[in-house]
Amino acid sequence: MARGVAITGMGIISAIGNSVEENYLSLIENKIGISRIQNISTVHADVIKVGEIKKTNEDLVNELKLNEDNNFSRTAMIGTLAAKQAVENAGITNINEFRTGLISATSVGGMDMTERHYYDYFEKPELTKYITCHDGGDVAEKIAEELGLKGMVTTISTACSSAANSIMLGARLIKTGKLDRVIVGGADALAKFTINGFKTLMILSDDYNKPFDNTRKGLNLGEAAAFLVLESDEIVAKQNKKVLARVSGYGNANDAYHQTASSENGEGAYLAMKKAFDVSGLKPSEIDYINVHGTATPNNDLSEGRALLRIYENEKVPDFSSTKPFTGHTLAAAAAIEAVYSVLAIQNNVVYPNLNFEVPMEEFDLKPQTSLKNKTIEHVLSNSFGFGGNCSTLIFSKS
Amino acid sequence: MTKTYINGVGCISTQKTFDTVFLEEAVVNHEENVLAIVPPVYKEYISPAASRRMAKGVKNGIVASALAMKDANIEKVDAIITGTGLGCIEDSEKFLKSILDNNEEFLTPTSFIQSTHNTVGAQIALLQQCKGYNFTYVNGAVSFESALIDAKMQIEEGEANSILVGGVDENGEYTTSLFKLNGRIKADNTAPYDVLTSNTNGAVYGEGASFFVLENERKENTYAELLDVSIVNTLEENEIEAAIRSFLKSNSLEISAIDALVLGFDGNADFENYYRNLAKNAFAETPVLYYKHLSGEYDTASAFAFWMAAKILKTQEIPEIVKVNSVAKPAYKTILLYNQLSGKNHSFTLLSK
Repeated sequence: MARGVAITGMGIISAIGNSVEENYLSLIENKIGISRIQNISTVHADVIKVGEIKKTNEDLVNELKLNEDNNFSRTAMIGTLAAKQAVENAGITNINEFRTGLISATSVGGMDMTERHYYDYFEKPELTKYITCHDGGDVAEKIAEELGLKGMVTTISTACSSAANSIMLGARLIKTGKLDRVIVGGADALAKFTINGFKTLMILSDDYNKPFDNTRKGLNLGEAAAFLVLESDEIVAKQNKKVLARVSGYGNANDAYHQTASSENGEGAYLAMKKAFDVSGLKPSEIDYINVHGTATPNNDLSEGRALLRIYENEKVPDFSSTKPFTGHTLAAAAAIEAVYSVLAIQNNVVYPNLNFEVPMEEFDLKPQTSLKNKTIEHVLSNSFGFGGNCSTLIFSKS
Repeated sequence: MTKTYINGVGCISTQKTFDTVFLEEAVVNHEENVLAIVPPVYKEYISPAASRRMAKGVKNGIVASALAMKDANIEKVDAIITGTGLGCIEDSEKFLKSILDNNEEFLTPTSFIQSTHNTVGAQIALLQQCKGYNFTYVNGAVSFESALIDAKMQIEEGEANSILVGGVDENGEYTTSLFKLNGRIKADNTAPYDVLTSNTNGAVYGEGASFFVLENERKENTYAELLDVSIVNTLEENEIEAAIRSFLKSNSLEISAIDALVLGFDGNADFENYYRNLAKNAFAETPVLYYKHLSGEYDTASAFAFWMAAKILKTQEIPEIVKVNSVAKPAYKTILLYNQLSGKNHSFTLLSK
């Protein structure tokens, strides 16, 4: 008996690769994507390290074959690339053949264009076209247009848990029969806005991020986009589709503690994981790998670690790792790229290493998996937490 | 499948829509192209110290949600779902300007924190200590309807029994100037601005916060049942009528069963035919209503229409000020709302008494 909602396609672009295959190879070959920033001119360029996609906007325009008068933000371009890959991977040729939706996620949408042109709009009429890019829904709008998708299109923005929530909504829409097929995920490009925002919060590391390490100093920002195609069991059966894995559990809860900080005991994270287990019908002990949120900020890792210990009470916490040392924290896209990594972990029976880890945290006895490990993986749990106390958990299972 | 009822409403808008029965104090402003909210007395809901740090949208969201909760006579909800087009745009502007003006130096985090789109929903959760499901939708004109779809699905599936759902947007000075530049807002100094007779592009802009308590049971104070909500990204002008018929059909209804149609006329001449065709043809025998001459246009203005429809179903009266035609019905049982923006992001919302 199949459990959960079928995933039939995936697409991704991140600092560690421009396709699912490239991302996977980087993960198993320890090829990290963290470097100095190239595409944005910022005074912090010599201080911060970021997970940047190794393509200029011009490269992206060419790759997407966009007209010269296009008004795509970088976010919209990477989103479109990932969504197109996912649709192709799912073998979809007629996008509106079934009731098909698109649920995107972003934190700042086309801020990369807004911040670039903000004061020039009144002087340069040729830039006016970029004003609408600012809208959070603009990315989804552009993707829908490029895919020719006409039905339900919406966008979720709950900071760094956004894409987990778009996957969750998509799974619910399939489960309740409201849609037959839905493309879910998220996109966020690097922007001065977020770089400086996180800088003022003093949670950016000047070094490579070290999740769950006692000496961790903060996060490296990253940019990425990833989308997954979810389809109803009817379509899967009818078209004899290959199911990559299934979304078997999901949960969202609010920490209701602080606008930007997580609670000491990880209440929101605990509740989100608990809900996800309830939905999936799985026991915590059945999880083979946890892809933790693990941003490497002092606050997140402590709060998340405590939540894990609460969930696992007297049991052993399964192998866990954060993949953010590879990609950086890609904000609203994080849960989408980590969903792809979770599916890949299931397909290939691997646990990715939590790079840069040296010293266990003094608050508890939790050590992430630090080297690539091969083992049978049936179920992966993936956490994503965002500002506003927004905590989300997804569980992926072998089909 | 569990039904969804609107059991409490709260509306802060460019009209006086609090401490009123309905729209008896509403006034059409023909002189301005950007309308500001009629502010409530914030200190009755938020301590002055907290209030000073809060964005306009957060404050209005908190007040509107408090009004809705009080109206529904409940103190706790299971989930909070918010729709917003641009979030707390004033803080986004402030943070971005300080980045650009000070070359990325001397910045403080407050406006960055507030600028996050889910701040309103998060702050309401924080105040109410609501640890439940908390989503924020940001998809232009269907942001609020996305929240409604989600809320309805939660109640149908028994995932939540009571949900606070709302739409909130605020005007930011620089952003409105950009919207005048790209034609989304009507040009300055071209008053009188009139929504129904306009032959120019752009809209008169507004802001507001409307929140609703949706529950799984009918109560004495129930306004209406939320029958269905649907959003469609792309529809041509000539596809609207068929889309509405099929939406109604999926609810076993015909056009003749609709006692009032609420349309999103906003005076943007290029796209008014989406509404005008319906009013003139398929719904010629139906009371047709509009509201953006009162609320202004903004991404979540349709939440104002939702408030209006709920009020009509409860009071069984349609204020003169919102009537497009003179058709009347002896009773108002079923209301359909249709909205779109620039031919995109269409939404259909169906309420019944």
